[in-house]
Amino acid sequence: MRVVAAMSGGVDSAVAAARMLDAGHEVVGVHLALSQSAATLRESARGCCTIEDAGDARRVADVLGIPFYVWDMAARFKRDVVDDFRAEYAAGRTPNPCLRCNEKIKFAALLDKALALGFDAVATGHYAQVVEAEDAHGGVRRELHRAVDMAKDQSYVLGVLDADQLAHSFFPLGDTTKPRIREEAAERGFFIARKPDSHDICFIADGDTRGWLTRELGEAPGDIVDTSGEVVGRHAGAFAYTVGQRRGLALSRPAADGEPRYVVEVRPETNQVVVGAADLLGVNAITGDHARWCGPAPEGVVHVGAQVRAHGEEYAATAWADGDRVEVRLEGRVRGVAPGQSVVLYEGTRVVGSATISASRLERAPVGSPGDDLSPATGST
Amino acid sequence: MLPAALAAMTEQLAVVGNASSLHRTGRAARRAVEESRERIARCLGARPSEIVFTSGGTESDNLAVKGTYWARRDRDPARVRLLVGATEHHAVLDCVDFLVAHEGAKVTWLECTPDGVVEPATVRAAIESDPDSVALVSVMWANNEVGAVQDVRAIADVAHEFGVPFHTDAVQAAGHVAVDFEASGADLMSVTAHKLGGPIGVGALVLRRDARLVPLTHGGGQERQVRSGTLDTPAIVGFATALTEATASIEAESARLVALRDDLIERAMAISPDIRPSGVWHRGDGVSRLPGNVHLLVPGCDGDSLLYLLDAAGVSCSTGSACQAGVPQPSHVLLAMGVAESDARGALRLTLGHTSTQADVDTFVDALPAAIERARRAREATAS
Repeated sequence: MRVVAAMSGGVDSAVAAARMLDAGHEVVGVHLALSQSAATLRESARGCCTIEDAGDARRVADVLGIPFYVWDMAARFKRDVVDDFRAEYAAGRTPNPCLRCNEKIKFAALLDKALALGFDAVATGHYAQVVEAEDAHGGVRRELHRAVDMAKDQSYVLGVLDADQLAHSFFPLGDTTKPRIREEAAERGFFIARKPDSHDICFIADGDTRGWLTRELGEAPGDIVDTSGEVVGRHAGAFAYTVGQRRGLALSRPAADGEPRYVVEVRPETNQVVVGAADLLGVNAITGDHARWCGPAPEGVVHVGAQVRAHGEEYAATAWADGDRVEVRLEGRVRGVAPGQSVVLYEGTRVVGSATISASRLERAPVGSPGDDLSPATGST
Repeated sequence: MLPAALAAMTEQLAVVGNASSLHRTGRAARRAVEESRERIARCLGARPSEIVFTSGGTESDNLAVKGTYWARRDRDPARVRLLVGATEHHAVLDCVDFLVAHEGAKVTWLECTPDGVVEPATVRAAIESDPDSVALVSVMWANNEVGAVQDVRAIADVAHEFGVPFHTDAVQAAGHVAVDFEASGADLMSVTAHKLGGPIGVGALVLRRDARLVPLTHGGGQERQVRSGTLDTPAIVGFATALTEATASIEAESARLVALRDDLIERAMAISPDIRPSGVWHRGDGVSRLPGNVHLLVPGCDGDSLLYLLDAAGVSCSTGSACQAGVPQPSHVLLAMGVAESDARGALRLTLGHTSTQADVDTFVDALPAAIERARRAREATAS
């Protein structure tokens, strides 16, 4: 097959490209230029779009002896990921830009361009596995599964891929642990074998999301209130707060019970941040929209594992899809479920699909039980 | 590299000797350097003493532009204005930007015609707006992207009418079209070896004996005190050999390349009605456009897509645009010629040289239709 290896300049995508080459594919390395002003990120230590990273990717491609190109997707990335990220926070939600990037850039814009140029697939250094299984008609269906290295598993951020995108995707690292990948990189003579992992959000170079949001959206001072509506502090912009957050609240008045308080709700319409006790954060019912299915959409009530954040825990749950909407009912309670995050559903190690969380709440009866009519959710805590 | 240049350079590499030394091996090296200098001077219509060896075109341009600017400003603080062609190579453009940012220079960009040519009248008007402020006029002999050859003599005459020195970047021209330093009227002229079949890493600034320059490198005082540093004798020998050979065959090679070039352009234009060459192009004309320069605008395509598809088909070309952080940017040359930015992104530049054959042209023409179709689909795929 003719494969585009997306090469960030990091160790994972380097080994992924090498493995595709070893498997006998015709491989071309492509580095995505995603920053509007790549040159200004020259000194950044984080992220994955610096000139140095592009140079590292090119160096690896040269070692592998494969052609290498830089594709400029900065305008698409700005529109589909950065602008979306800003707008979501402004609306009081907590987005995950990596999912958006995978959905709109890496497995859409990049994949579409690759297919148009005559390639068959895109390979990335994500830790996840594609398993070929027999479908109902005796054909082959590609399933997305968790990586064997659960500490590195990135199937969560790939939960937005649909069957068509999956059909053209390779994740050659999913069967190997990260330490072993570093060893392999060293064995292959890649000088980046010990390069640190990238963390955080690639377009926020200093890792200070709140500072970035304040620069982008401007300061908007407002009140921090408790659940009774009493003002207990001030903030510089409600958009900078996330449900479940405890740190950085700088409350002027301690709680009467002396217990720590958490953000339990962000109200962009009144520019208020609501804080409350930890037990207010516990939910067992999640409503999601923007459903994406990695295979056939589930029919009826299904038993799944639900994960609400990257590298988070998986909770036993039942789920029910209705078009674009998904209802998830957890067997226990989970804290810190913020609107805008994604809930990714698993069946064993297989990724079923994902949805963007629009609301969560505490319910008494399990999903699918008598009287559950999937009516529009109310309340957002 | 031309085989003769490679052989001469390789032979010289085995010879020990510093051309600045007085002992026997030094004298031998110096003789090789000076004989090379004489051969290069003869090929370029210059005197041997006018050849200052450098590390290549970029250094020559830096030395010419910065060195002249500083020397002129030192003598007359009012002379801080640089008149520079809008389609110059970055080796000139970025010197100008540096001098403006750090050394108090002012710049008047000389606009070009849609064919990429700077008219002498444009230079005259730019000087006349404030003649006493001009430090230097710099216009390239031939453009590296679109191959447009300038009327260097006419521009030099205008500059000299006002007593202003004139520099020309002849990196693309030397060895490919007739270049005669004395006849051109230029005061300073940049050339490099690797563009004419010589080694990478050596070039020259041809410098009239009365030209005044502030050096960029200080040290041993080699090369008329203008360019200190031990000379790279083997590279200089390779340079001289390549230029001698290129000059000897210039007419025959020009005719051969013009025929290949015209065949390529005409067959490419026949593939799609909106494909067109940029710059001056007349069938059979190797004077106003470099004989081996092909530059095509392919609307609806991204240059980097074409580059990949053609490379996969065995054709080496470039997009004709500069890279910023590895990302192709629309060429400043095309934009200066008035080409729309979206069309400029679909630029394709091919250079035909001494190794190019009719089979290469056929390979390119055969691969082009499918490449264009896929490249257009790729742009549509990413535009949505």
